[in-house]
Amino acid sequence: MTEVTPDKETRGGEPPPAAPPPASPPDNGWRKEYWSRNLRLMVILLAVWFVVSFGFGILLVEPLNNIVIAGFPLGFWFAQQGSIYVFVILIFVYAKMMDRLDNQFGVDEQETEGADK
Amino acid sequence: MSQIQIWTLVFIVGSFAVYLYIAWRSRVKETAGFYVAGQGIPTIANGAAVAADWMSAASFISMAGLIAFLGSDGTIYLMGWTGGYVLLALLIAPYLRKWGKFTVPEFVGDRYSETVRTIAAVAAIIISFTYVVGQMRGGGIVFSRFLKLDVTQGVILAAVIIGLYAVLGGMKGITWTQVAQYTVLIVAYLIPAFAVAQQMTGIPIPQVSFGQILDELNAISVEMGLNQYTEAFAARPQIDVFLVTMALMIGTAGLPHVIVRFYTTKTVRGARYSAFWALFFIALLYTTAPAVGAFTKLNLLQDVNGVSADALPRWIENWAATGLVTVSDGATTINTVSNSPTSGADLIVNNDILVLASPEIAGLPAPIVGLVAAGGMAAAMSTAAGLLLVISSSFSHDLYFRRVKRDSTDKQRLLAGRIAMGLAVLVAIYAGINPPAFVAQVVAFAFGLAASTFFPAIVLGIFWKRCNATGAAAGMVTGLVFTASYMIYTLPVFGTAANPHIFDISPEGIGTIGAIVNIVVTVVVSKMTAPPPDDIVEMVESIRYPATRREVTAGTAADAA
Repeated sequence: MTEVTPDKETRGGEPPPAAPPPASPPDNGWRKEYWSRNLRLMVILLAVWFVVSFGFGILLVEPLNNIVIAGFPLGFWFAQQGSIYVFVILIFVYAKMMDRLDNQFGVDEQETEGADK
Repeated sequence: MSQIQIWTLVFIVGSFAVYLYIAWRSRVKETAGFYVAGQGIPTIANGAAVAADWMSAASFISMAGLIAFLGSDGTIYLMGWTGGYVLLALLIAPYLRKWGKFTVPEFVGDRYSETVRTIAAVAAIIISFTYVVGQMRGGGIVFSRFLKLDVTQGVILAAVIIGLYAVLGGMKGITWTQVAQYTVLIVAYLIPAFAVAQQMTGIPIPQVSFGQILDELNAISVEMGLNQYTEAFAARPQIDVFLVTMALMIGTAGLPHVIVRFYTTKTVRGARYSAFWALFFIALLYTTAPAVGAFTKLNLLQDVNGVSADALPRWIENWAATGLVTVSDGATTINTVSNSPTSGADLIVNNDILVLASPEIAGLPAPIVGLVAAGGMAAAMSTAAGLLLVISSSFSHDLYFRRVKRDSTDKQRLLAGRIAMGLAVLVAIYAGINPPAFVAQVVAFAFGLAASTFFPAIVLGIFWKRCNATGAAAGMVTGLVFTASYMIYTLPVFGTAANPHIFDISPEGIGTIGAIVNIVVTVVVSKMTAPPPDDIVEMVESIRYPATRREVTAGTAADAA
């Protein structure tokens, strides 16, 4: 790894007040914030993932099958079609939201990033 | 030579020539190029390569057939083999890309210890090997039906071509070849599906139009001694559907040959978008497959229902030669159809042929039949190549140069990688000629093993800093032993007697329980032993942020909120 770790950089200006443990310097509050927002997004998306696939496609498939749309019993449709569409959308939303999050916290990768490996 | 044989030959030879040309153009001289393509693959191309790598002979050849006979419960494969990408994209891919090295065992080696790395390398070899056997077998089926080659010759021919471009081009050659193979396989899958949908419903989009035939299909299925097509849990109990789907999902997210593809992107952001493109490309085939299954099954049942045994359609005779379709002795008219040889039905149809035979069953022209054959080959070869790379890298990079010979030059490592690849090809040829069980089933077991070993170790390694080496090693070993024992207990393929399923859990679903066992053991053992050293905690911390923080003009997190 040739990269400078974030705490070295943020510590650069003035020395921190007390000697902090290396893993969690006090001026790294942004790290906690970034990580907890990442986790929150992840939990929400995974909840959708679970409800659509295991919820609609497996646990509730029988009651949903009583509703028929365009020839498809709804539970059957979720199990064989709908869940897959939702999966694709979930990953897209995750990638987009993480772009925004990275940008807000200034940890997005610059274009040259790939070259300095 | 028949029309079909000529066209098959044209498409297969043509596509093989393209693959070899690409391999020659992208041959590599460095270890980094050989293992991770120099981390310079564009996002969309990487997505297509992941899709081809992922969609094996099982997806292309067997899956629609399995769904056709499983009916509603075919969802275990549809959701199971796509839902895992959500886990992969959210929990694994970006973090492993940030950490960025060559192999999956290398990550657990750095995160935990050398012992865990060795366990992981051995597990990666076992999993990939189980999986590669299915691919060789799939390739063999294509050759034996369409070119009237012996299965043995077919397997050798396919393996030699794969071996050539994998040894020559490593990951770089494999990736670009897989982009071409994805194109071939998706075109080969979609064209006949669109044609059949148009023919049967007048709407050429199979995803939309197969709803219209479900009622008809339910009716004729019941008439011919099969379950209602849309009835849930007719083929498997609900708990088993749940567990198998989960096992396939977490297995997908833990398969070394899939994870390693996210090391080849340029950035962490690229890894996220690669996961999106991969699933997008996979979804094209996976949403079409249930339609192909339903259409082909309806066509097939209508073709044979009440027909006398000496007046059956021509495709039955064509496929009877491969032994994959059989008309029972003494059956004069066909009144019952099944996919199980022991059912005593009048006509027995193997799952594996439905996709390959669907253009013939629907009476489509010979070039389309040839195209489908080339697509089946592309699916089998692209997956086999990715697996062989994992076997080779685990063996040379993680075992040989870590355990036996620690000092070596880049040139020696590259040579060792190539030799390991060559050996892997030879073993794969042997296993392809003497396959242990059905294509899709063999693949399903690889998932159970991946689910119960890699997935918990990797996810806990990223999200739980307190997780230590002893815990992870104990978890992986218990997960592996537990899952493998249950599979051996319930399956006859290892030469032992098959015992009944416990609590309705099938051997394909046991990986879910294995993963839970793994997690519990890892957490308990980690808590009981010393926390990991500071440098490892710092490593886990650093992979959570895509890049070094630059000055943000607007200030800090508080402003962003």
